[in-house]
Amino acid sequence: MTLAPETTTTLTVRLRPAATAATAAPGADDGWLAVCDLSVLIPGRGVAALLPDGRQAAVFMDRAGRVYAIDNRDPFSGAAVLSRGLTGSHRGRAFVASPLLKQRFDLASGLCLDDESVRVTTYEVQVE
Amino acid sequence: MSTTAPAGTGPRPTIVLVGHGMVGQRFLEALAERGLTATHRVVVLCEEPRPAYDRVQLTSYFSGRTPEELSMTDPAFLADHGIELHLGDPAESVDRTARQVTARSGLVVGYDTLVLATGSFPFVPPVPGKDAEGCFVYRTIEDLLAIEAYAKARATTGAVVGGGLLGLEAAGALQGLGLTTHIVEFAPRLMPVQVDEGGGAALLRTIEGMGLTVHTGTGTQEVVTGDDGAVTGMKLSDGSTVATDLVVFSAGVRPRDQLARDSGLTVGERGGISVDEQCRTVSDPRVFAIGECALASDGRVYGLVAPGYEMAETAAATIAADGMSPELSAEGMPPAVASGTASFTGADLSTKLKLLGVDVASFGDAHGAAADCLDVVYSDSRSGTYKKLVIGSGGELLGGILVGDAEAYGTLRAFTGSVPPIAPEQLVLPAGAGAPVQLGPSALPDEAIVCSCHNVTKGAIRGAVTEHSCTTVPEVKKCTKAGTGCGSCVKVLGQLVTAELEASGVEVDKGLCGCFAQTREELYEIVLALRVSSYRQLLDRYGREDARGGDGCEVCKPAVGSVIASLAPVIGAENHVLGGEQAALQDTNDHFLANLQKNGSYSIVPRIPGGEITPEKLIVIGEVARDFGLYTKITGGQRIDMFGARVEQLPLIWTRLVDAGFESGHAYGKSLRTVKSCVGQTWCRYGVQDSVRMAIDLELRYRGLRSPHKLKSAVSGCARECAEAQSKDFGVIATANGWNLYVGGNGGATPRHADLLAQDLSDAELVRLIDRFLMFYIRTADRLERTSTWLERIDGGLDHVRDVVVEDSLGICEELESLMAAHVDAYRDEWAETIKDPEKLSRFVSFVNAPDTPDPVVGFVPERDQIKPDLPLLAIGIRPLEGSAQR
Ligand SMILES: Cc1cc2nc3c(=O)[nH]c(=O)nc-3n(C[C@H](O)[C@H](O)[C@H](O)COP(=O)(O)OP(=O)(O)OC[C@H]3O[C@@H](n4cnc5c(N)ncnc54)[C@H](O)[C@@H]3O)c2cc1C
Ligand code: SF4
Ligand code: FES
Repeated sequence: MTLAPETTTTLTVRLRPAATAATAAPGADDGWLAVCDLSVLIPGRGVAALLPDGRQAAVFMDRAGRVYAIDNRDPFSGAAVLSRGLTGSHRGRAFVASPLLKQRFDLASGLCLDDESVRVTTYEVQVE
Repeated sequence: MSTTAPAGTGPRPTIVLVGHGMVGQRFLEALAERGLTATHRVVVLCEEPRPAYDRVQLTSYFSGRTPEELSMTDPAFLADHGIELHLGDPAESVDRTARQVTARSGLVVGYDTLVLATGSFPFVPPVPGKDAEGCFVYRTIEDLLAIEAYAKARATTGAVVGGGLLGLEAAGALQGLGLTTHIVEFAPRLMPVQVDEGGGAALLRTIEGMGLTVHTGTGTQEVVTGDDGAVTGMKLSDGSTVATDLVVFSAGVRPRDQLARDSGLTVGERGGISVDEQCRTVSDPRVFAIGECALASDGRVYGLVAPGYEMAETAAATIAADGMSPELSAEGMPPAVASGTASFTGADLSTKLKLLGVDVASFGDAHGAAADCLDVVYSDSRSGTYKKLVIGSGGELLGGILVGDAEAYGTLRAFTGSVPPIAPEQLVLPAGAGAPVQLGPSALPDEAIVCSCHNVTKGAIRGAVTEHSCTTVPEVKKCTKAGTGCGSCVKVLGQLVTAELEASGVEVDKGLCGCFAQTREELYEIVLALRVSSYRQLLDRYGREDARGGDGCEVCKPAVGSVIASLAPVIGAENHVLGGEQAALQDTNDHFLANLQKNGSYSIVPRIPGGEITPEKLIVIGEVARDFGLYTKITGGQRIDMFGARVEQLPLIWTRLVDAGFESGHAYGKSLRTVKSCVGQTWCRYGVQDSVRMAIDLELRYRGLRSPHKLKSAVSGCARECAEAQSKDFGVIATANGWNLYVGGNGGATPRHADLLAQDLSDAELVRLIDRFLMFYIRTADRLERTSTWLERIDGGLDHVRDVVVEDSLGICEELESLMAAHVDAYRDEWAETIKDPEKLSRFVSFVNAPDTPDPVVGFVPERDQIKPDLPLLAIGIRPLEGSAQR
């Protein structure tokens, strides 16, 4: 009697700095870092991930299941807390509000919605 | 001695005002409005040590209004208009020939126009002992300070001589100070001027029901003193005696006309400076008299502020007209053109008693003096209600008396002089008896006077909305002055403003945020009525069209999260803030059940109910803080805050705290923080109740209650108020008979003294009233609105809240109580539950991919033997804070 091979449905979230896409050779798999299982993410709530270079990323999932990652440091205070902010959507675009002084950051572009001169680093996300 | 410019020769003519009371201040404003402060030099001599304040609201000092809050004088107003104010320097003589006033300091001021606004003095009957230590009058802030100090230092009983409007106010104040209080009235009934016999009987029952002892139909014959010269009692004319430590005379007022008499101005037989319709003294065209010191052309002295204001306007208008005409002739005779511009010929005497728990009002022709008038009377001695309306032969409302229920006062007063649109008997019947008819202010004619303190008509109020674009009651108040006197018209004012806004189609988006068009209050009602237990459901069904299906925002998520948490037990929602979908709604503080600090670390505050803690528990806190290297500080709320914990340490720390019997202190939540207490009766020699026990009971009852904003409370064991209960959202002060409940206080950036909601409550009554108050607040407040702002914002203010929670005017008290009961039953400690639940614990990690690696940005350096955040660690590569858009 043979057993059917167990199918795994676990999806993994991987990140890499948004800038790497342009510099890496097409098709290369370099730079991607697995940070967690998708099942860990709760819509509307972020988690923090530690990157090899010592930086931190804040990873979020919205209600539609889209995953975003931006730098975890709040550029206004320096504290690594953006992953602990509340998320929301404005005209279909997802954002997070810093838990310290409440400035909002667009999750796709990293742009601060309350001060256009400020932008946080974004990360490319792959869910597989 | 200094002498200013000789009379009439300066470059600018001089107006001297003697007396800076309510009417004097109004006169200055009227001068400024007419531009006279620019063309004239204005000098004010003020006897009292402080500029004009709101004497009408004097008694509110005892319910927490400070002298500063009572002030009616904005320093900027005086400065902007170049008005010279001399405080504590009364005028002592007037030389009308030289046109000079000499003040006590020796200051001599020449005048072109002199205005006397010296008010009244309290009449003290000439009985032996009237000047003894412990005898007071009730007129100025200084009088009240003296009464308060004496009552606290050495009195347990007080007596008020005079049962009129002011006497009752004073008696209420003495009772509020914790004194056993007597009222002695010469007339056969209380408030003899305002109410008739029937009203007097109803009033007597109410006053006696409040625990005051009333002696009517008898006078004070002698004040009896002890060996030290201080008051010990009073002998009454009926032969009886009253033992008392303190006496307040409130037997009427007399115009302060001595200065006028001395300078040869004509005064009335029974006092008052005789003036004509322009408020010019009949003896000297350069001298005016206004307010309570004036004997008006109709032969009356008015002891109310509204007629005084009208006189102030009249005098200012007349002075302006004088100025436009050629100079006064050498003989000082005014040119004929001066008259006829404005005049004061008499005024209405409507009044309402501002006493807690007693509703008495009289307006218009209350005693039915007009020929052919008819009375409509409703009287119910069980409830102490008496209402009488006086109706003229043409069906017009002439006046009335309301005792026990003065709800309709504002509207009825405004209808005075016109034929009301519904039958008069329906106006006095209680709701529910016969056809309950609501006489709304919309039925009022435009010329009806809504605010009688400032003579503001309905038309003017509508104009403020339609022409001056006011959209809120405070704006309309500012624009028209309506509602800024005795306050009795504010309710009607609110209704008019709302009606007018609706009529002019002004759409004010009062929505909570970009996602919801409803206010927080409306969302609360939806969640409660339809048992909506999930944020997403609420957003998708009731959100704005373009927000449905979206992710919401940082404004509505915690607001709705809080509403759902407040109602969780009754709507069947998850009862833990980190449970289910609720977790994603909470602000970071709630999400980690701790307070986020500037470097990303957290602080921890275990609950210490009432501030009472055993040595063993203190030691545990010390050990935990030491073992985890936390910075410790005693908070203002009588507990201990431990700072510098990393996310991943929180469960470890709380495991130890929970083991030692601590619970979450909810310092992170918009919920009850602490109920502070003083040691009270158990230890303190002044204490009259066990304030610590009450504080603990209250803190344990309301712990964990999610609300629109944080809630703070305190309980003091006596009127010395060591726990500062009057700066709290709800504060309790012990009295000899129970507890006084104060609400709406606040410290912080916008301090507000709490208002007295009810007094002398038993333990059970107190708890029940707080239950109702808190639940009503949670139901109707906006997001992040403290009780202090809420109380000032909601229509009808404190009176409305009192009606709802004390009188149950909306019939919702049972529901409010059962909602609170459900909260109390369902309470569980959030931290104890969290440390038992692996799913919830899994969120307390620094990094998903490195759960035990501490956040490298969180570091500490030593300071004063403890730690503090290592700020340079944070500063690396960040932009300075200024220029940031804080929202
Ligand atoms: C407790 C209380 C409650 C009241 N409630 C109401 C109410 O509900 N409704 C209502 O309409 N009215 C009420 N009144 C009455 C109201 O306060 C007065 O009608 C109003 O204050 C009169 O204003 P006024 O400026 O004429 O006199 P005041 O406000 O008495 O001002 C006169 C000022 O002149 C000063 N003065 C006197 N002589 C001299 C001098 N020689 N030189 C310099 N200064 C001098 C006095 O010190 C005083 O400050 C109340 C009064 C009291 C005491
Ligand atoms: S408030 Fe409390 S501590 Fe202060 S005197 Fe009264 S009982 Fe004593
Ligand atoms: S009637 Fe007194 S403030 Fe309006």
